[in-house]
Amino acid sequence: MTKAEIVEQIYEKVGFSRRESSDIVETMLEIMKESLAEGEKIKISGFGNFVVRAKRERVGRNPHTGQEIKISARKVITFKASQILKTAVNRGHAG
Amino acid sequence: MTKRDLVEKLAERVKNLSQKDAEMIVNTIFESMTEALAAGDRIEIRGLGSFLVKQRRAREGRNPRSGDKVFVAQKKVPFFKVGKELKERVDK
Repeated sequence: MTKAEIVEQIYEKVGFSRRESSDIVETMLEIMKESLAEGEKIKISGFGNFVVRAKRERVGRNPHTGQEIKISARKVITFKASQILKTAVNRGHAG
Repeated sequence: MTKRDLVEKLAERVKNLSQKDAEMIVNTIFESMTEALAAGDRIEIRGLGSFLVKQRRAREGRNPRSGDKVFVAQKKVPFFKVGKELKERVDK
């Protein structure tokens, strides 16, 4: 599934034009990205939570050469699927 | 930010989009994503990342409280891989 298919779903199910649907999807994604960029988590009930976590600096290793390298402190996004999504994925259908 | 906040912001930003329609659209988006993943489909959203289903093998686990061995059946788990653009934006 791609962004274009999500736009198509809105066009079919909600009845907005393809152009409007596309603008709305882009805007929603932008709102989500802005929120995460600010370090704020997103909780979508029924789907899952996106959380920004701060990772401390650590020493890693190049798996090829075995050489130690410093991995700088960084922020990463983790996604935790809701119980509803986990169940749907195992049952093979939603709802 | 909750789904409700996302709906409100979306209605604020898109001209002539009612709160009610924004809610219907946000729900439709996450429902169709759930359906796609339930069908084993992979979702690729450029700029955000991709969602996929990973298969976990059956294994022998332990009840952490009692220490008893328990059989854990094989299962599928949803997984999100952050896209490059978002990854960089979050770490900035």
